[in-house]
Amino acid sequence: MPARRGTTPAVAAAVRQALSVAVATGLYGISFGALSVVAGLSVPQTMALSLLMFSGGSQFAFIGVVGAGGAAGAAVATAALLGVRNALYGPLVAPRLAVHGARRLLAAQLTIDESTAVAVTQSDPAASRARFWWTGAGVFTLWNAFTLAGALLGDAAGDPRRYGLDAAAAAAFLALVWPRLSGPGAARARLVAAVAVAVALTTTPVLPAGLPVLLAAVAAIVVGVTWRGRVATP
Amino acid sequence: MTGAVLWVALLAACLAVAAIKLVGHLLPKHWLAEPAVARVAALVTVALLAALVAVQAATSDGRVVLDARLGGLAAAVVALLARAPFVVVVAAAALAAALLRWAGLP
Repeated sequence: MPARRGTTPAVAAAVRQALSVAVATGLYGISFGALSVVAGLSVPQTMALSLLMFSGGSQFAFIGVVGAGGAAGAAVATAALLGVRNALYGPLVAPRLAVHGARRLLAAQLTIDESTAVAVTQSDPAASRARFWWTGAGVFTLWNAFTLAGALLGDAAGDPRRYGLDAAAAAAFLALVWPRLSGPGAARARLVAAVAVAVALTTTPVLPAGLPVLLAAVAAIVVGVTWRGRVATP
Repeated sequence: MTGAVLWVALLAACLAVAAIKLVGHLLPKHWLAEPAVARVAALVTVALLAALVAVQAATSDGRVVLDARLGGLAAAVVALLARAPFVVVVAAAALAAALLRWAGLP
């Protein structure tokens, strides 16, 4: 049974894990920064996304729609929909943090995939809190620093096609969705992904840019939910 | 989008994403704890990301276009199967597409 002071090694371990996650996540800020500039955003706009939005999937989605020539509404809607999963992290981390006021606002902004995943692996409250804050602050710092580095690199690169940066954008989305397509119960996710790809490609020639992605999401969710219902009642 | 419109859209999107995070901290826990809510949220994420892969890899200016980007995507799949980190996956795709273009592919 650990004594009161026994939480110190747990907190130290939390800090170590938080920093390794922050470095790994921060590094892909380089690709975000470069791809954002290639998509047509300025360096200040790119930094505004990393500082204020601070959610990798939503940021990539926003620049993806903008880069494809999509309308403002489609870019906002796609980014917001990809941010919906962050709302589900609040109930997981809020009881562990028990903060109010300005600290709650800060906690909410730092509530992302990585900080939540690292925080919930610990049942000890002090270690869990340390994991959340250190991971959130570490990822925020390195994500923004590397975004700036990537944006400056992308700005200097010139024609993005020559360096294959247009393919890198597709690969970034693939890497984000990949972990969700394997593991138990992933058959439904793979079906939804396949439907989304088919709808996006078939509607691209007939819809304004940005809308095929949103329509594909709606269609794929309908199919995904329906398919599950059929399996549940044999 | 012009610069000003892009800024407005950007700030609106930032506000929306930040507000969604805050909602998770403010709503009563049981509202979001429904398994159905979590399942649909997971499906939304998968569907949007998959559609974005397709649009980024195989469309240009409102048309389906098959070019060196697909070679880059294939390289990304190989890197992902080898459990490479994110940066390596993205770099592999860029390198493969750049090499294919250097070899003459569109």
